[in-house]
Amino acid sequence: MRAGAASQPEGNIAMNTAIMTETHTISDRLSKNVMRNVTERIIEGLLFAAAAVSVLTTVGIVYVLVSESIHFFQNVSIVDFLTDTQWTPLFDDAHFGISVLISGTVVSSAVALAVAIPMGTVIAIYLSEFANGKVRELAKPILEMLGGIPTIVFGYFALLIVTPILQKIFPELPGFSLLSAGLVMGIMIVPYVASLSEDAMRAVPMSLREGAYAMGSTRLYTAIHVVVPAAFSGLAASYILGISRAVGETMILAVAAGMQPNLTWNPMEPAATITSFIVQVALGDLPHGSIGYQTIFAAGLTLLLITLVFNILGQWLRRKYRENY
Amino acid sequence: MQAMDTQQTRALIARGKLKDTLFAALGIICLGIGLLVIFALVADMVIKGSERLNLDFFMNFASRRAAQAGILSAWVGSLLVMLVTAAAAVPLGVAAGLYLEEYARRNLITEIIEINITNLAAVPSIVYGLLALGIFVYTFGFGQSILSAGLTLALLILPIVIVATREAIRAIPAMIREGSMAVGATRWQTCRYHIVPYAMPGILTGVIIGMARAIGETAPIITIGALTFIAFLPPAPLTTMNDGATAGLFDWVMSPFTVMPIQIFNWTSRPDPAFEVNAAAAGFVLMAMVLTMNGVAIWLRYRLRKNIKW
Repeated sequence: MRAGAASQPEGNIAMNTAIMTETHTISDRLSKNVMRNVTERIIEGLLFAAAAVSVLTTVGIVYVLVSESIHFFQNVSIVDFLTDTQWTPLFDDAHFGISVLISGTVVSSAVALAVAIPMGTVIAIYLSEFANGKVRELAKPILEMLGGIPTIVFGYFALLIVTPILQKIFPELPGFSLLSAGLVMGIMIVPYVASLSEDAMRAVPMSLREGAYAMGSTRLYTAIHVVVPAAFSGLAASYILGISRAVGETMILAVAAGMQPNLTWNPMEPAATITSFIVQVALGDLPHGSIGYQTIFAAGLTLLLITLVFNILGQWLRRKYRENY
Repeated sequence: MQAMDTQQTRALIARGKLKDTLFAALGIICLGIGLLVIFALVADMVIKGSERLNLDFFMNFASRRAAQAGILSAWVGSLLVMLVTAAAAVPLGVAAGLYLEEYARRNLITEIIEINITNLAAVPSIVYGLLALGIFVYTFGFGQSILSAGLTLALLILPIVIVATREAIRAIPAMIREGSMAVGATRWQTCRYHIVPYAMPGILTGVIIGMARAIGETAPIITIGALTFIAFLPPAPLTTMNDGATAGLFDWVMSPFTVMPIQIFNWTSRPDPAFEVNAAAAGFVLMAMVLTMNGVAIWLRYRLRKNIKW
C-alpha cells in the first residue's frame, strides 16, 4: 500500500495538498494518524519486550548456572566430578563425584517409568481406541486433576501412605527408599504420558483403522498392530518427555527417598538424587560464594543438560509424527 | 490350509471379543488406579487431619508444639506470593502471546522465541529456583522475599500462560480482525477491543491452571532459601510496624515469608508423628485450593467449548 502511495502521479499529490489546505479536518486527521503510528510502534515494542522475557529467562538460567559452575570447576577438576565415586561436598574431606547423585536419579526415574509407561500407554490406547465420548469426558478431568496435585502432597503420599504399605510386602524396606518415591513419581507422570500418547494415536488417520477393521481385525489387534506402530514416534516422544519429568522431579524424592548420597542401583535403598541434593543444601544456610553454594549450581547444570537432551530428542520425535500424516 | 467351519470362526470371533473386553477392563482399571490415588490421598488427609481442621488452625502461627501450630503465616504467604506472581505473569504472558500471534513476522527471532518457550516449559522447576537464587536474591538484592518468590513462580508459569493465550487467540476467526480493520481500527485497537476480550475465557483458563501449578510449587521456593520459621505476617500497608514506623504500601513484598507447600514439607519431614497430623490437615487445605482452581479451569473450558459459535 505504501509503495502504491509513493508512486502516485505528482498531480494527485498536488490535488491532495490543495484539499488539505482548504479543509483542516483532513490534515488534523492525518496528524492524528502520525501519532497513531507512533503509539502502534511503541505498543509493538512493548509486546515484543514481553515475548523477549522468555528468551531472557533462558539466558539468565544459562548465565547463572554456567558462571557459578565455572567457579566450581576452578576448585574441582572435571575428571574428579565425573569419575569420583563419593559425594561429600560439605565434609572436610570433600569429594565431588556426581555419579553418586546420578545413580539415585537413574534408579528413581527407572522405577517411575516402569509404572508410568505401561499405565500411561494402556490408558492412552483405551481412551483413543476403546472409550466412547462420555468416558473420555469423564476420564480427562480425572487425569488432569491427578497431574495437578502438588508434588509436595505426592511426597507426603509416598512417605506416609505408600512406604508403610510397601513395608508390609517387603519387611526389610527402610523408611526412606527410592522404590516408594519412584512408584509415586510414576503415578504423577501417568497423566503426562497418557495425554501425549493419546494425542499421537488420535493423529493416526481413520482410514488405517478402517482398513484393519475391514480385514476382520479386532479393536485390540488394530490398536496394537496398526495404531501403535503408526504413532510410534509420538509414543516414544511421550516416554522421553516423561523421562525428563522424572529426572527433574524434586519434592517427592526429597521427602520420601532420604537425602543421603548413596551410590546404588538398588531401589530398596535410600539415596539422594541431583534434585534432592539441591534441596538439602538449600535447607541449610550456606554462605553466598562458598564451594557448597557453587556445588548446587554445578549439580543444577548437570540436571539441565540431562533434561535438555531428553527434551530436544522428544520434541524432534513429536515433530516427526506430526509430519507423517 | 483347511477352511474354518462356522464353529471355529465363531470361537475365533469370541476370543477376539474377549481380548477386547479384557483390554478395555485393563484400561478402566488403570484409570481407576489414578482415581483411587486421588481418593486415597484426600481420604487419608481428611481422616488424619480432621482433628486439626478448625478455625484455630487457620488463625495460628507455626509452633514447636504440634497441637497449637497453625497455617496462618503459610496461607497468607501463599496468597501474597500468588498476588505477585499473577501481577507479573498475566500481563507478560498475555502480551507475549499477543505479540507472537498478532504481530510477529515469520523470521528467525520469532522462531527462536517459540522454540525457547517450548523448552522453558520442560525445564525442571528447581532450575528456576537456582536462577532466582543467583539473579533475584543476590544480583538484584531482593533477598528471600515475597517479591523473589513471586517473580520466580511467574517465570515458571509464563510458558503456560503464553501457550493458553496463543491457543485462545488462534481460535478467533480472521473475519473479526478483518471487520475491525475495515472500519479503520489499528492493529492495537483490534487487539485491545476485539482479540483480547474474545480470548479472555481461554486466557483465564490458562492463568488459573498456571496459578494452581504455582501455588503447589515447593522446590524453587526452598532453593531461594525460604525455609525458615516464620511466626509473623508481612506488614500490612499503612499500619504501624514493631519499630513504630508506618509500613508503606508495598513494604510487604520485601518481607520474609513462608508458603503452604513449605509448611507441609517442614511438618512432613519431622520425625514426631504429631506433626504428621498437621501435615495432613495442611495438605488437605492445599489440595482443596489446587483442585478447586483446576476444577474451575476445567469447567470454564467446558463451558467455553459449548458456548462459542462463530
